[in-house]
Amino acid sequence: MADDLFKALADPTRRTILDELTEKSGQTLFEICSRLAMKHRLGISRQAVSQHLAVLEAAGLVETRREGRYKFHDLNTAPLRQITERWPTTYPSGPEKGTP
Amino acid sequence: MKIHLTSVFVDDQAKALRFYTEILGFVKKHDVPVGEKDRWLTVVSPDDPGGTELLLEPAGHPAAKTYRDALVEDGIPLAQFAVDDVTAEYERLRGLGVHFTQEPLEMGPVTTAVFDDTCGNLIQIATQAP
Repeated sequence: MADDLFKALADPTRRTILDELTEKSGQTLFEICSRLAMKHRLGISRQAVSQHLAVLEAAGLVETRREGRYKFHDLNTAPLRQITERWPTTYPSGPEKGTP
Repeated sequence: MKIHLTSVFVDDQAKALRFYTEILGFVKKHDVPVGEKDRWLTVVSPDDPGGTELLLEPAGHPAAKTYRDALVEDGIPLAQFAVDDVTAEYERLRGLGVHFTQEPLEMGPVTTAVFDDTCGNLIQIATQAP
């Protein structure tokens, strides 16, 4: 499970897909492809985007939802908790602590 | 050569005519019976009655269903219409009960949205920034 998660996050295109789903969850494949092509100028085929989504889905970061005849992709950030639980954030102690 | 006619497959021509005229605002141009129950049915934009016609074509061919179902599943529109303001048109159509699979999305020089035409297709509306 952890391997799937780190593998999914290792690719910049997949991280961009997560960024776009963070902006708006619940996108069709067409919308994700449009955002990558038009906003990010990524020359990437629909088949390649589908493969990236499959990797993200295997890692649990993206979930697909059928609604009638359409299929939407939703973001699920729950698996990312594994990272912060494994390596909890430590705050440095010092005079700066608590200052604005 | 110029583009004079383009088409979308529709499940039901009478229902499609209602949607494309009463909801979208196109006007009927030709309506000629063809065969037993089909019609040569076209609509045009009221702003350009002599312009490109859209044929509302019966989706009777068995391959049409497979093709259209696959496009709709992935959210891919079959046709694109130009509007002055995608966001205003989105609000207007939503008020009329039209279902969108993509809300207005600004992508550089173009803003688009995608809706279901209730006849088996997704349609994109687009505004090009001046």
